[in-house]
Amino acid sequence: MTQKVIVGMASCGIAAGAQESYEALKAKLAQVDADAELTIAGCVGLCFIEPIVEVISSDGKKWTYGEVTVERAEQIVDQHLIGGEPITEWTFEEGEYRERVEAFMSKQVRIVMRNCGQINPESIDEYIKRDGYKAIEKAVTSMTRQQVIQEISDSGLRGRGGAGFPTGRKWQFAYDVPNDTKYVICNADEGDPGAFMNRTVLESDPHAMLEGMMIAGYAIGSSQGYIYARAEYPLAIKRLEIALAQSRQRGFLGDNIFGSDFSFDIEIRQGAGAFVCGEETALMASIEGKRGMPRLRPPYPAVSGLFGKPTIINNVNTLTNIAWIILNGAEKYSQYGTEGSKGTKVFSLAGKIARGGSVEVPMGTTLHEVVHDIGGGSVYGKPIKAVQMGGPSGGCVPASMFDTRVDYEELTKTGAIVGSGGMVIMDEDTCMVDIARFFLNFTQDESCGKCTYCRIGTRRMLEILTRICNGEGQMEDIDTLEGLAAKIKNTALCALGGTAPNPVLTTLHYFRDEYIAHVKEAKCPAKVCKPLLTYSIDLEACTGCGLCKRACPVNAISGEKKQPHEIDPDLCTKCGSCYEVCAFDAVIVK
Amino acid sequence: MNEQTVTGVDLSVVDQMVERYGTEPASAVPILLGLQETFGYLPMEALRYVTEKTDTTPDQVYGVATFYGQFRMTPVGEHMVRVCHGTACHVRGAVNISQTLEEVLGLEKGQDTTSDNKYTVEKVACLGCCSLSPVIMIDDKVYGRLDRKKVRKIFKRLEREEAKK
Repeated sequence: MTQKVIVGMASCGIAAGAQESYEALKAKLAQVDADAELTIAGCVGLCFIEPIVEVISSDGKKWTYGEVTVERAEQIVDQHLIGGEPITEWTFEEGEYRERVEAFMSKQVRIVMRNCGQINPESIDEYIKRDGYKAIEKAVTSMTRQQVIQEISDSGLRGRGGAGFPTGRKWQFAYDVPNDTKYVICNADEGDPGAFMNRTVLESDPHAMLEGMMIAGYAIGSSQGYIYARAEYPLAIKRLEIALAQSRQRGFLGDNIFGSDFSFDIEIRQGAGAFVCGEETALMASIEGKRGMPRLRPPYPAVSGLFGKPTIINNVNTLTNIAWIILNGAEKYSQYGTEGSKGTKVFSLAGKIARGGSVEVPMGTTLHEVVHDIGGGSVYGKPIKAVQMGGPSGGCVPASMFDTRVDYEELTKTGAIVGSGGMVIMDEDTCMVDIARFFLNFTQDESCGKCTYCRIGTRRMLEILTRICNGEGQMEDIDTLEGLAAKIKNTALCALGGTAPNPVLTTLHYFRDEYIAHVKEAKCPAKVCKPLLTYSIDLEACTGCGLCKRACPVNAISGEKKQPHEIDPDLCTKCGSCYEVCAFDAVIVK
Repeated sequence: MNEQTVTGVDLSVVDQMVERYGTEPASAVPILLGLQETFGYLPMEALRYVTEKTDTTPDQVYGVATFYGQFRMTPVGEHMVRVCHGTACHVRGAVNISQTLEEVLGLEKGQDTTSDNKYTVEKVACLGCCSLSPVIMIDDKVYGRLDRKKVRKIFKRLEREEAKK
């Protein structure tokens, strides 16, 4: 049997150097004429040890290598592929990664990510081999439209884009509206900064999402689908285009699918960089060629949506569940999860976490399990302070509440939301006032400007937060923030505005002492807010090595060689370069 | 027929895009994305020409062009440097990365393109490579797990590669 070499090639892997490793493997294999086939896969979710290369030996045994640099790639060819001796110490199976990978995978259940990293995303045959397009065949040949909707309703699946609306009910609304033209839209406008679940799935298993869209189309009686994808995800768009072409060529997309009366095709529409277009009415306006501004609902899209026709809009991850549910049944899906939140949820773990990546856990898993058991806790060994969930619409859950379960209702009670699935971990060195300012800066920038409080209120809030971060805040500023937050929530038309104050409200609720330290003592406890910091050198610890002097971009550091150095506070821009390079902990930040 | 305008914008690109995406109002976004990709920005002449060639109005085209983050109204340098300022990158020091880029490329406050027109630096909301934060993207290539030192190294290497050519 020919040996197989598979390189994980999603955007994250490529950013970690997978392209270079792939080229090195290709060059070396050509040079030595080894009996090995080189191919690619998507992302298995283990971003923290990318690039990942899997080798299937001629005896069928699988070895997975982590952190495959060009040097490692070349050695793998020499020793494993030619020499027949796996370099076990670099593998998941026996080497240095074993425990970390086992812990990372331990509590996961993979439904949405069932094929991620397991198949070549550019090969329809590999998808078909793993029951691909069997669910749409089953639906159109043996189920009525109403039965499909019932199955999805029974599964308890709720919208994975963040709002958590029951998917089956959404489909039923659109089914009930009589119209010859209806549309299915896949929302792949993953705009939440800090989230990448949709990208992972689209780059690793595009067919699974397409099949979900087709089933949705069959269920509601639509013959045209649109994928609204972020322009920032060129690789996801490329793989979707390949998948669409393959699917059309095999007759899965097109007229009379599997000999039925159901015909369906899908078109990709690129977003142009507006966070508000994640909101469904704004998204539709964007596809129609307009500015992406939300409008009042009702009418709901299920009644009057894209081009005035009944439309359903589902998130990538919602749709990727569908084929699995049709094949395995609603009951099997709903065995996972809690009373009100069924199935699994994909999260992207990032920030100050030891093992960042994409994880899929049953609903009901606690935040502690996700952050510590799967994610391995803090990356720098400093205590974790909070996890930010739901991006600009969500909030920060403090570490003291990590026994909270991942469940739509339970998380909402904390002030955060399940959201689309971004989890950014923050440690002691993260300033919560700065985080609130960061999100307000984002929403203020992304507000479409339609509603007054969202347009101007977010700007006023940002100004206040900036003032507090600069040490110029007053105690009444905090009251003003809360007042503005309430008004924006009450008056905004869409979810962007309605949830924009959440990052401020949750940090004010859980980390009020940090706000007070900024205002009353002009101190930033996390040492992030630059105007509140002073840099100096500990004359006793300084060896006069000169590293800081060379690192300083503004020549604010002076001193003779082997003599203690000094920082000129008038020139210092507080960039922190000296602190980062000092090997003797001689730079003091206060 | 010479379709070049005085400012050197090749309007036949607009014709190609209209050919590809159609003339209905819904084509406005794809057409503008195509123009942005070709020119690196949206030249005003090209926008005017779009309204002539399609069933769009000047207010729709200008409205769309100024609404979305992907569109720029001013020319860019030879290479685009996108600095991710998503949440994960922010938490792991994106501010320092932006600052280092300004130093390395010699950009003054408010200046986004180097004076030799080689690089344009742009802050972006999220590149979706959060687990490798902080990241930047130079043209189509993403660089992850950065710090100040690595940023300097990347540009030194790019310069060396450029010198070889």
